[in-house]
Amino acid sequence: MTIEEIDILWITAGLGCDGDTISMTAATQPSIEDIVLGIIPGIPKVRFRNPVLAFEVGDDFLKFFHDAAEGKAGDFILVVEGSIPDEKRNAEGFWAAFGTDKETGQPITTCEWIDRLAPKAWAVVAAGTCATYGGIHAMDGNPTGCMGLADYLGWEWKSGAAIPIVNVPGCPVQPDNFMEVLLYLLRQAAGGVPMIPLDAALRPTWLFSQTVHEGCDRGGYYEQGDFTSQHGKAQCIVKLGCWGPVVQCNVGKRGWMNGIGGCPNVGGICIGCTMPGFPDKFMSFMDQPPGSMLSSQAIQTYGKAIRALRGFTQASLNKEPPWRKRADD
Amino acid sequence: MNTPSGRPLSEKLVEMSWDPITRVVGSLGIHTKIDFENRRVAECHTTSSIFRGYSVFMRGKDPRDAHLITSRICGICGDNHAACATYAQNMAFGVTPPALAEWIINLGEAAEYMFDHNLFQDNLVGVDFCEQMVRATNPSVLAKAEKTEAPHGETHGCRTIADIMRALNPFTGAFYLEALRMSRLTREMFCLMEGRHVHPSTLYPGGVGTVPSVQLFNDYLVRLLRYIDFLKRCVPLHDDLFDFFYEALPGYEEVGRRRVLLGCWGSFQNPEVCDYQYRTMNEWGKAMYVTPGIVIDGKLAVEDLVDINLGIRILLGSSFYGDWENDAPFVTHDPLGNAVDQRHPWNQTTYPTPRKRDFSKQYTWVMSPRWFDKTSGEHLALDTGGGPLARFWATALAGRVDMGYVKATGKSVKIHLPKTANFDECDFEWRIPKWSNTLERDRARSYFQAYAAAAALYFIEQAFKEVHAGRTGVWNEFKVPQEAIGCGFHEAVRGLLSHHVVIRGGRIANYHPYPPTPWNASPRDSLGTPGPYEDAVMNTPLFEENGPGEFKGIDIMRTVRSFDPCLPCGVHMYMGDGKVIQARHSPMFGAGG
Repeated sequence: MTIEEIDILWITAGLGCDGDTISMTAATQPSIEDIVLGIIPGIPKVRFRNPVLAFEVGDDFLKFFHDAAEGKAGDFILVVEGSIPDEKRNAEGFWAAFGTDKETGQPITTCEWIDRLAPKAWAVVAAGTCATYGGIHAMDGNPTGCMGLADYLGWEWKSGAAIPIVNVPGCPVQPDNFMEVLLYLLRQAAGGVPMIPLDAALRPTWLFSQTVHEGCDRGGYYEQGDFTSQHGKAQCIVKLGCWGPVVQCNVGKRGWMNGIGGCPNVGGICIGCTMPGFPDKFMSFMDQPPGSMLSSQAIQTYGKAIRALRGFTQASLNKEPPWRKRADD
Repeated sequence: MNTPSGRPLSEKLVEMSWDPITRVVGSLGIHTKIDFENRRVAECHTTSSIFRGYSVFMRGKDPRDAHLITSRICGICGDNHAACATYAQNMAFGVTPPALAEWIINLGEAAEYMFDHNLFQDNLVGVDFCEQMVRATNPSVLAKAEKTEAPHGETHGCRTIADIMRALNPFTGAFYLEALRMSRLTREMFCLMEGRHVHPSTLYPGGVGTVPSVQLFNDYLVRLLRYIDFLKRCVPLHDDLFDFFYEALPGYEEVGRRRVLLGCWGSFQNPEVCDYQYRTMNEWGKAMYVTPGIVIDGKLAVEDLVDINLGIRILLGSSFYGDWENDAPFVTHDPLGNAVDQRHPWNQTTYPTPRKRDFSKQYTWVMSPRWFDKTSGEHLALDTGGGPLARFWATALAGRVDMGYVKATGKSVKIHLPKTANFDECDFEWRIPKWSNTLERDRARSYFQAYAAAAALYFIEQAFKEVHAGRTGVWNEFKVPQEAIGCGFHEAVRGLLSHHVVIRGGRIANYHPYPPTPWNASPRDSLGTPGPYEDAVMNTPLFEENGPGEFKGIDIMRTVRSFDPCLPCGVHMYMGDGKVIQARHSPMFGAGG
């Protein structure tokens, strides 16, 4: 089935910070204007409805969402940003809402919107770690009981087009990672590409199979047993609290924007923000991860020996061959 | 019958709400009663419909994690939170970062101001002034704009004001698209210093993880010069646009106007002076490269950070929270021996109590921060003027800042920008305006981009001095004390920001961040004082040409957006079909309506 026109309905009213929307505006591969202006070939015409960028305000903006909920709109991709609160905890009131119900004058909760829209969506995307797995607002001791979208809808949930929830984690989501996933889905909507490949945590496999460490430019220091206990140095920062060796994320390799920035590659410890166990399983963030105690110890003997041997070779290679000189020397 | 102001009374008020307000960050609604006969807003309530509970779930956590957690408060200025948290951590842990670390943080935060003001001004606020919008709200103004030559047309390339408006049309306007691209360049600059946008990876208590090198600062500098080249067109373009609105719509200065009650908590530490000790806070506060201060009725009333700190009060009033007035205080006295109020953030406890929305009782998740003025005994509803207006006003009046590229004169701030690819060197001067209103908040946002860029030139020079001298340390070690208190003061992009922490048993016992939006978007407090958005909207005349049927509320939207709302921290307006909800025959406007 080929879809020629599609709406992207983006709800930022989970418990979030809008950081994933802002991140999306940073993307260049592709950029939001590439999608909206129809510059990328082979995708449907896109109508983009995101509250941070919309021309429309209030009811004029909510109409897109009401129409979709009532089945009056065409195909749409629902993007959810922010974690989903447990509204059943309270006798009255709400934790998170989006727009006002004209009949009651009360806010329409984010949960009600998801209940209305998800069953009618062509695909559902969770943008950022709050929406995928609960994230920072689902930290131990939180009052709202919030959770990820798959926790709310069910991990086996599938859209009418038989597409599982697509999780793009990251706190916030890496800009190009998100736009690339959206582009894949748009191609899939246009027909001609297979079902988006997802792992057990519903992450696109081509973005989240490698660990940070496997792509980290400080991995060489690790191999040589060269660890720093000071921030701002070039060496491996595992002892400062970096979880890169076990965290699935491509930022160390891809950088944050146009190859610039990132986490351990530029001196920031990996705090595991793409992972379902974030944040609790990584706290205290600035302590060395217990699992790295053994490996960073075990690598010392090999690493130091290799570093010394490489030092000899390097010293030799830093000298030119002896024949490069003037004949009269 | 007349109101005390002599204005004829309206008989009919129409309920108009906009929820959600788009083109802001976070969940905001504005609920108004509008007097169409007299073209005024009679009443306004603002609502925020999201609660997350940072102060609740941070209790008992490791205080070293505070900056990594609180960055997540905001998705557009999270780094301001992270930086402010490290300032509070530094005080609590008793650590001072090396000078180079401060220059790196200043460069990162300067890039954040450049990015955020740029994106917000031209991709969010700009749409309220674009051709598509003005055609829908004020066709006669558009017709006039078509015939009005832009005074700086030769510089920015738009011949008429209408050409500027077209350039701002979303996704098709040339300037809209250029600003969007430029916001990526400045975010790259940010990432060079703080690792990731918008939740930084390389900020820590004690300094940064960023590895300093000649390359790092060169990479930043070449991007900065491209951005400055853009600014030389950007600032005159906005001046032309905003000046045109004053001229085309006489009386527009009253839109969004409120009493001059501005707060600025200061930005950009000076490492030669700043040691993060509470006892010396007044000294290092005055050495900041944006000067902290409270401006009351145009006068610089407060300059000391200690006084600023002690005057903060958190009132409840119309928000969905229980009170903590009977709880034992965490901090009775500050390190100087001054008494700390029970309603101060150090002593606050957050008790969320979700309720139905009721405009006569509780209606929002935003509390009401106020500043207690000992002189008058008033709890002042300070606003931030969207950030730049308060920063400029306080800095200009204090007359302390002099970086060569930026100089405060006592009544203005002069900004010097060097030669760039397409333009010679040039000077801008921000002068204290006659009003604290919608257009001046927006204008200051353009000028502050130049301020941040010029300041960054100075910071780069200082950073190079350190690197060339071989002083490349960027982090100092610290120990977390068992018992401590700390506070951080900073300027988030949209205005004043404070973080207050209490540490007991080596863990966080209490943590309260106060970003700008609770100040600006606060509801009526327990004393009945409306928050700044409510206040600014309530006083606003309406110039839109549409009646209730097609009403867009553009003058209200411009007012609310001039504050640069960011409500992951709250306003609600619902725009229904314009049903008349009440008929009035009694005084309304003068009497605090």
